[in-house]
Amino acid sequence: MATVKLDSLKKSFGKTEVIHGVDIDIKDGEFIVIVGPSGCGKSTLLRMVAGLETVTSGEVQIGGAVVNDREPMDRDIAMVFQNYALYPHMSVFDNMAYGLKIAGTPKADIIERVDTAAKLLQLQPYLKRRPRELSGGQRQRVAMGRAIVRKPSVFLFDEPLSNLDAKLRVQMRLEIKQLQRRLGVTSLYVTHDQVEAMTLADRMIVMNGGVADQIGAPLEVYANPATEFVAGFIGSPPTNFVNADLAGIRNGEAAKLGVRPEHLTVLPTGSGRLEARVMYTEALGAETLVHLELADGAMITARRSATEASAPEGTEVGLDWQDRDEMLFDHTGKRC
Amino acid sequence: MADHSGMVEKRGFGLWMTHLGLIIGLLFVFFPIWLALVASTVTQADIMDPPMPLLPGEHFFENYRKALVSGINAPVAWMMVNSMIMALGIAFGKIVISLLSAFAIVYFRFPGRRTFFWLIFLTLMLPVEVRIVPTYEVVAGFGMLNSYSGLIFPLIASATATFLFRQFFMTVPDELAEAARVDGASPMQFFRDILLPMSRTNIAALFVILFIYGWNQYLWPLLITTDPSMNTIVMGIKQMFPSGDDFADWPVIMATSILAMIPPVIVVVGMQRLFIRGLVDSEK
Repeated sequence: MATVKLDSLKKSFGKTEVIHGVDIDIKDGEFIVIVGPSGCGKSTLLRMVAGLETVTSGEVQIGGAVVNDREPMDRDIAMVFQNYALYPHMSVFDNMAYGLKIAGTPKADIIERVDTAAKLLQLQPYLKRRPRELSGGQRQRVAMGRAIVRKPSVFLFDEPLSNLDAKLRVQMRLEIKQLQRRLGVTSLYVTHDQVEAMTLADRMIVMNGGVADQIGAPLEVYANPATEFVAGFIGSPPTNFVNADLAGIRNGEAAKLGVRPEHLTVLPTGSGRLEARVMYTEALGAETLVHLELADGAMITARRSATEASAPEGTEVGLDWQDRDEMLFDHTGKRC
Repeated sequence: MADHSGMVEKRGFGLWMTHLGLIIGLLFVFFPIWLALVASTVTQADIMDPPMPLLPGEHFFENYRKALVSGINAPVAWMMVNSMIMALGIAFGKIVISLLSAFAIVYFRFPGRRTFFWLIFLTLMLPVEVRIVPTYEVVAGFGMLNSYSGLIFPLIASATATFLFRQFFMTVPDELAEAARVDGASPMQFFRDILLPMSRTNIAALFVILFIYGWNQYLWPLLITTDPSMNTIVMGIKQMFPSGDDFADWPVIMATSILAMIPPVIVVVGMQRLFIRGLVDSEK
């Protein structure tokens, strides 16, 4: 159990700077999710904490000690990789025990720890099997078991669920969350999936082009995005952006207005704040997504309850929203 | 599925033809070996008296005992030991050296890494025969003529094997090395505990090829071993041929030839399963 602190952490590959200074204080036992599109530097950030990438400038502190120059094994961390990185020629037991063996843990101790982890992850029947004889979800569990047995003070997850199918992903997501709660180990989790980020995180870091655009609790980030990028990335379907002039907003700096799909109400034409034409509707059962085209050609989406009668495709409608749901962004994408 | 019966008919006929072709080819290739086997079981007089017999005679044990125990210049048993030491030395040496150099080239960033790789790669273009005179000079200078080290060391570096292991190591996911690092394994522990077991089928396949390569060395042992007790069997056969009008003991020479074939056959047959697996998949 330990705190983690990143202090203006930067990384360059040659002359290209890929991470432009990230600061965060992570509390003991906190679950932090680093989320962003591919190439935003989220994996690099995690690998710097793990010690697999060198730090160009800034500091990584684990448990109060600067670990910039320490080898991964001396940082008291454990990592779960995207492709699991299980040793193909070793049994499940040996895979989990390998780190302990190297550390010179007594044999009885190794057996006990692996057994405990196997029990926790329901892997007991598979201890003698090789990784290739396991399903994707089981391999994922072995990879987590390997992390657990070392009793590290920080867990690092690098997109651990992206090789699983959708159904398994949801199940494993819950398991990871429960496990982390139970063990109370500080965790950093990298993903490109904003749903994973929303459901798992105590706090999330939204990365964009090597910068942490926003750090905060999921619901707070959702309700109150700091930048246009965050508003567009978090939430599905994404936030609608309307040209400020078209929306009739006269607020000096504001260039764009953001409104979440669920905050839009579809009214008969002539009423509301904005005119739009229904392009097509998607009925998803519990809800219906209405895709609309604005006068300037921009597409926006409204999310309505399925019980509400929806306007037929091709008809003109009016759109309305509450003042408190307005999110205004200036031309640099910052909230104003 | 529609023309299934047609296919079976065609296959029936084709099957016979293929087998016939293969059997003829096999007999064609096998005939000289059969002749050698026959010649090694008859007397000198039988061979000299045309037509040569085509069925084995009764002197099998006599000829083979003579070859193994006394030979012509040196006992063949002793030559086989020499060959065995040389072939095993070359095979193991090449595997160890090429594994280590491939490991260095793939997993470490050191100055001149690419240069070293290309230097190794360049030597692929220089077979033993091309560099044989300078190599002889060096070996003679070290006083390694007529010694096992002289037989083994000049042939031990292998660009081919290094290249093969390099290609294999590059297919091993980087995450595996990283996972081992997080697990606290030192580079050599990673090499021993993870890379080595993963390459075992490749090693087996390479061992078969290299053992035969070492066993069949002819020119190099011919050059550097003047002492008959250091002769290897493959070159030893040639040494048994008479010079001028001397009398050649053909049954013993043929027995030696057959004996020379046995160890490679044992290695190939014994390691066939591993050998084929090593060439076909890399078990990941």
